[in-house]
Amino acid sequence: MKNRTKYFAYPYIIWIIIFIALPAFLVLLYSITTKESDGITTIQFTLENFKNFFNPLYLNILWDSIYLAAVSTIICLLIGYPAAFIISNAHLSRRNTLLFLCILPMWMNMLLRTYAWMTILGNNGILNNLFSLLGLPTFNLLYTKGATVMGMVYNFLPFMILPIYTALSKMDRGLLEAADDLGADKKTVFIKVILPLSMPGVISGIIMVFMPAVSTFIIPQLLGGNKNMMIGNLVERLFIINGDWNFGSAISIVMMLIILLSMSIMNKFDIDKEGGARLW
Amino acid sequence: MVKKYLSKIYMAIIFIFLYAPIVVLAVFSFNESRSRGNWTGFTLKWYVELFYDRDIRLAFYYTISIAIISAIISTIIGTFAAIGINSMKGKTKSLILNVNYLPVLNPDIVTGISLMILYISFNMDFGFNTMLLSHIVFNIPYVILSILPKLKQLDVHITEAAMDLGATPMYALRKVIIPEIKPGIVTGFLMAFTLSIDDFIISYFTKGEGVTNLSIIIYSMARRGVRPTINALSTIMLTVVLILMILINKRTSAERVSKFKRKEVKE
Repeated sequence: MKNRTKYFAYPYIIWIIIFIALPAFLVLLYSITTKESDGITTIQFTLENFKNFFNPLYLNILWDSIYLAAVSTIICLLIGYPAAFIISNAHLSRRNTLLFLCILPMWMNMLLRTYAWMTILGNNGILNNLFSLLGLPTFNLLYTKGATVMGMVYNFLPFMILPIYTALSKMDRGLLEAADDLGADKKTVFIKVILPLSMPGVISGIIMVFMPAVSTFIIPQLLGGNKNMMIGNLVERLFIINGDWNFGSAISIVMMLIILLSMSIMNKFDIDKEGGARLW
Repeated sequence: MVKKYLSKIYMAIIFIFLYAPIVVLAVFSFNESRSRGNWTGFTLKWYVELFYDRDIRLAFYYTISIAIISAIISTIIGTFAAIGINSMKGKTKSLILNVNYLPVLNPDIVTGISLMILYISFNMDFGFNTMLLSHIVFNIPYVILSILPKLKQLDVHITEAAMDLGATPMYALRKVIIPEIKPGIVTGFLMAFTLSIDDFIISYFTKGEGVTNLSIIIYSMARRGVRPTINALSTIMLTVVLILMILINKRTSAERVSKFKRKEVKE
C-alpha cells in the first residue's frame, strides 16, 4: 500500500514543476537578461539589472522598506509578547476565546483592514474630528511613514501573538515551579526560564511579521501615499506601469534574498529546531 | 489581584485596537453623509447603491465562483498529493515538501509576478482562467499542509488490515484512508476557500480584461479616496468571513471534543 500510494503524488510533482519551479526560474532568467532578448536566439545575459539597483534612489527605497518593517516588527513584539503571555496564563475555558479573537482579524481581508485605517486617519477622519471636537489642532496623519508603520503593526500583530502563545503554552509548568522552589524570584524566573523557553516562538513571530511587512505594497500605497514607497511598490510599478520586467525581476530576486537571509539569520538563533513553534 | 486587572485592561486595549477600525467601518456604512467624520443619520442607501453597481456585482460573481472552483480542485489535487507525499521517503519527500512551501513562504507579490511571467511566456489570455489557475496554485500547498498531519496520525495497520481482509488499494483508500483524514480535508477546503476570497495581490497580477474580484475593486476605489459604498461592501465581506470563521472554529473544537471523548473511551 505504502509503495502504491506514492504514485498519487506524481501528478502533483509535474504540477509543481510547471507552476512553482518554472515561474521561479523565469523570474531568475528575466533578471539576468537584457530587455532586447526576444526568444532563445537573441538572448543576452547581463548583470546590468542588478547593477542598476545600486542607485541611491533605489537603495533608499530598500533601506526604507527594511527600516519600516523592522520598526513594525519591534513594536509588534513589544505589544504582542505581553498579550501572548496573558493568554497563555488565562483560564483554560477563556483561552480559546481569547485566541480566537486574536486570530479572527487575520482572516479579514488585508485591504479592508488597511482601508479602515484610511477612514480613521484621514484629514476628515474620525481621529481628526475628535481632535477638533476637543478643541485640539488637527494633524496630518494619513500619507505619512507613521501611518504605514501603524498599518503594518495592525495587520501583522496576530502573526506575532500566535507563535509566542504556542511556545508559551507548550512550556513545562513544572520548570517554573522548580525555579520557584529553588528560590528564584518572579523576575528571575521570567528572565532565566520563561524568556529562553519562548525564544522559538519569538523568532517565528519576528519572521512572520517581518516577511510580509518588508514585501507589502498595499499598506504603503494606501496609508503612506505616493511619497513613501517601499520595495513592493517599486516592483509593482516596474511590472504594471513601466513594463520593465527585467529590472522588476531583479528586484524580486533581491526581495527573495532578503527574506531567505533574514530567515537563515533567525534560524541561527533558533534553539529548538524540531519543536519550534511554527504556525503551520 | 491588581495584576489580574492589569492584564484584563491590557487585553481589552489590544482587542479595542484590533476591532475598533472594523467596527468604525461597519457603523459608517450606515451613515447618511458622505464624510466619515460626522454621523448624520441612518441609511441603507450605500447598500442599495452597491446592489445596483454592475462592476461590483460582476466582481462578486468572479470572487465567489473562483473561490468555489479553486477550493474544490485544489482540495482534490491536494488530497491525492498529500497521500502520495506521506508515503514517500527520504530526499524526494523533503525536496517536494520544500518546493511545496515556496508559495507559502514567498512574498505574494513574487508569486504573483512569477505566475504573470509564466502565463505571458505561454501566450495565455489573461482573464478568468489565469486567475482561477493562480488561485489553485497557491491553495494546494495549504490543503496539503492541513492534510499531512492527519495522515501522520493515521494508523498504518488499519489500511493493512483492510487489505489483508481483501480490500483493493482503491477500496481501502475510499473506505479507510479518506474517512480517517476527512477533518483535514474539510479544513483544507475551507482554508482554500477563505484564502481565495481574501486574495488580492496574486489576483491583481493575473487578472484580465473585465475580470476582477472584490479585493481589486476595493483597492482601485480606495486609491481614489474613501467612499461609503466600500464601507458597505466591506461590512458584507466581514460578516461572511466572520460566519465562515465561526464555522471553522466550531468544527475544530468539535473535533477536539470528539478526540478527547474517544481517548476517554479507549482508556
